[in-house]
Amino acid sequence: MSTATVDDHHDEHPGFFKRWITTTNHKDIGTLYLLFSLLMFFVGGAMAMVIRAELYIPGLQWVEPGFFNSMTTMHALIMIFGAVMPAFTGLANWLIPMMVGGCDMALPRLNNWSFWILPFAFTMLLSTLFMPGGAPAGGWTMYPPLVLQTGNAFPFVIFSIHLMGISSIMGSINVVATILNMRAPGMTLLKMPLFVWTWLITAYLLIATMPVLAGAVTMLLTDKYFATSFFSAAGGGDPVMFQHIFWFFGHPEVYILILPAFGIVSHIIPTFARKPLFGYSSMVYATASIAFLSFIVWAHHMFTVGMPLVGELFFMFSTMLIAVPTGVKVFNWIATMWRGSMTFETPMLFAVGFVIMFTLGGFSGLMLAIAPADFQYHDTYFVVAHFHYVLVPGAVFAIMAAGYFWLPKWTGHMYNETLGKWHFWLSTIFVNLTFFPMHFVGLAGMPRRIPDYSLQFTEFNTMASIGSFGFGLSQLLFAFIVFQTIRGGKKATDQVWEGAEGLEWTLPSPPPAHTFDVPPVIK
Amino acid sequence: MSSHGENSYYIPHGSYWPIFMSVSLTTLLVGFSLLLNEVPVGQIMMFVGLAMTLFFMFQWFRTVVLESEHGTYNEQVDLSFRWGMFWFIFSEVMFFAAFFGALYYARILSVPWIGGAGSELTTNTQLWAGFESMWPTNGPAELGGDYKIMGAWGLPAINTALLLTSGVTLTIAHHGLLENHRKPLIWGLVATILLGVLFMACQALEYYEAYAHLNLKLSTGVYGSTFFMLTGFHGMHVTIGAIMLTVILFRVLRGHFTPEQHFGFEAVAWYWHFVDVVWLGLFIFVYWL
Ligand code: HEM
Ligand SMILES: [Cu+2]
Repeated sequence: MSTATVDDHHDEHPGFFKRWITTTNHKDIGTLYLLFSLLMFFVGGAMAMVIRAELYIPGLQWVEPGFFNSMTTMHALIMIFGAVMPAFTGLANWLIPMMVGGCDMALPRLNNWSFWILPFAFTMLLSTLFMPGGAPAGGWTMYPPLVLQTGNAFPFVIFSIHLMGISSIMGSINVVATILNMRAPGMTLLKMPLFVWTWLITAYLLIATMPVLAGAVTMLLTDKYFATSFFSAAGGGDPVMFQHIFWFFGHPEVYILILPAFGIVSHIIPTFARKPLFGYSSMVYATASIAFLSFIVWAHHMFTVGMPLVGELFFMFSTMLIAVPTGVKVFNWIATMWRGSMTFETPMLFAVGFVIMFTLGGFSGLMLAIAPADFQYHDTYFVVAHFHYVLVPGAVFAIMAAGYFWLPKWTGHMYNETLGKWHFWLSTIFVNLTFFPMHFVGLAGMPRRIPDYSLQFTEFNTMASIGSFGFGLSQLLFAFIVFQTIRGGKKATDQVWEGAEGLEWTLPSPPPAHTFDVPPVIK
Repeated sequence: MSSHGENSYYIPHGSYWPIFMSVSLTTLLVGFSLLLNEVPVGQIMMFVGLAMTLFFMFQWFRTVVLESEHGTYNEQVDLSFRWGMFWFIFSEVMFFAAFFGALYYARILSVPWIGGAGSELTTNTQLWAGFESMWPTNGPAELGGDYKIMGAWGLPAINTALLLTSGVTLTIAHHGLLENHRKPLIWGLVATILLGVLFMACQALEYYEAYAHLNLKLSTGVYGSTFFMLTGFHGMHVTIGAIMLTVILFRVLRGHFTPEQHFGFEAVAWYWHFVDVVWLGLFIFVYWL
């Protein structure tokens, strides 16, 4: 046993259920989060398949329009709150204590609770599929007055969002406390690995905005059941007010979905370019400015709703400003690769794919930021193309890159490189086949969230549907590779990757349950 | 990790409290949802869930208190708790910010727009003809009918005095604790709790007045909505704060806390001051201006 295992023999060895239900160990909790996220990724993915099957050709084929709308709504809620966010939290749990040289998360019992809220919250949300009136169908943005027409599902949706919010807030409090208080001596703030930095800022965004979402959905609930009129003009309120409150949460939320991905990529690229990250401190400052700006751009989602002209202008220019720190980041990643001795193992492939395709999504974002142009693009498939580029080959690719990158550390086994490369190339081809054509139909005016479309959009939609089925199937390969690696494979060394640097690589692979009980000293 | 010696960070062993909390909360919320859908079992389920939630919260906190009293926590753990509480209160601030934002939006933007301000003339002439912008309002449809507003200088002013005084008495108690004087500590806490209870009583009376004599209800348009939701959530926080203070009082009577280590006390004190500050916001923006 290594020196890092101080007294494993003191630990109880509880049975399977007791272990996973009551665990306070950051590695176990990280594993729970990651597996839960993988499960939700397939649940949400199945819903996406329903959407794309319906849109394969024009006309109504497979599902009722109402159910189609439920699918778009539930797909988004599950992917955002069930797949991407828990995946990042799982990575945070596994990695942050090891990266800062702490013995665990700062508040271990609370950490367990943050995870164990989620299965209940999503059972509640998914149960609405079987309720009179169906699952929510007004879109994940839940705009009133439309969303107030939801049937019996309504309170279940609202409360499941409250639960997810509690989980996120508690999880984030834990992350902040861990980063601020559990660092090894000598690990000053500006020595922290970038994944830690990006998560610190993400956690701050979560603590600041999830309560606002909670407030917004609470107002929806009281408007529907307790006769308040926050969002009803007849009583002096305004449905547009909901949109403001929602997007005050919603835009920082999209950065919550991408900042940890920035952190991940900032670890992987230097490792495989065998060069230190270019511009570490500018990365930190860029992340912080993105977070700050994310609070003052929200109404770019509302250009067409009717805002005073100064509002349109303010939100247009502030949104464009975000491109500056984002550009700094992309520049730094490229500069890191410049003249590096690069190799392209699977994590690196995903990371490079991230840089290219995320940037594409950023460009379409800039187009959308131009208020007069957005009058044309808003609520079309162009927006769908934009956010899927930043979220799928963006956030999701980064999560998968992280999976391949750290899985050998976590399990002690190397994954199958050939299959990993297959997974990357299949995913990349199909993701572009799915989402690239959406730019064209969007610019030509195809609206989003409608189960049917005009004939001239047929070819591109058929392409997108084929791409999505291919993408969905390719992810089965991912699940296979992950489970294969958990069960066995070539033994991984402690450092795993030749160019890997950071405290987690000094630990054995797999690391024992308790690591850094005695904090390492950082020079 | 007993063998790590005095100064190691305490990692609790497996715990069932979190999963019990999740089950309880889910019972509570599913019960409430069923109630809202007018399913009869909903009400019972909701109260059972509430009882379970309170019970397990009590048990969880009890475990933590006992651990603390056994000296399990070192200074670093204490600091983790402090950061935890600080960010928790920040999240609460943001929750209230959503409702203050709604109040601001209605007063400064949506009500004037319905009245035709700015470029919204046609909103007024075409949709809500005859409506004149003013505050407070129950909207162009005059939801809830004629009502009277809640003035600032009656009960609300008294409530302000009560809460501000309670902030002072709590500080006296805190100083008592720091200087190891039990008398100011205990009586300061008792006074704070009593002032809190008195505040809640006044608030209850005010709600009664509003419903019985002013015809001011939750359904009184956007004024009623913001008024009751803001003061209601605040009142809920005062109630929780008073309960927490009572727990602290009992702990003090049992000899818990030392001048050096008393995170539990300070956490509740921070919370109470936070509730105080929210009230000042309410008094100024909901009642006064
Ligand atoms: C350069 C950076 C970005 C800019 C300028 C930008 C701009 C925009 C704009 C203007 C819209 C509204 C379009 C409309 O509804 O008409 C939008 C929508 C959206 N963006 Fe971005 N964006 C950027 C980055 C991101 C990132 C990093 C993410 C997430 C990882 C993201 C996720 C989304 C989502 C989910 C929507 C659609 C929300 C909905 O209506 O359902 N964006 N973006
Ligand atoms: Cu946005």
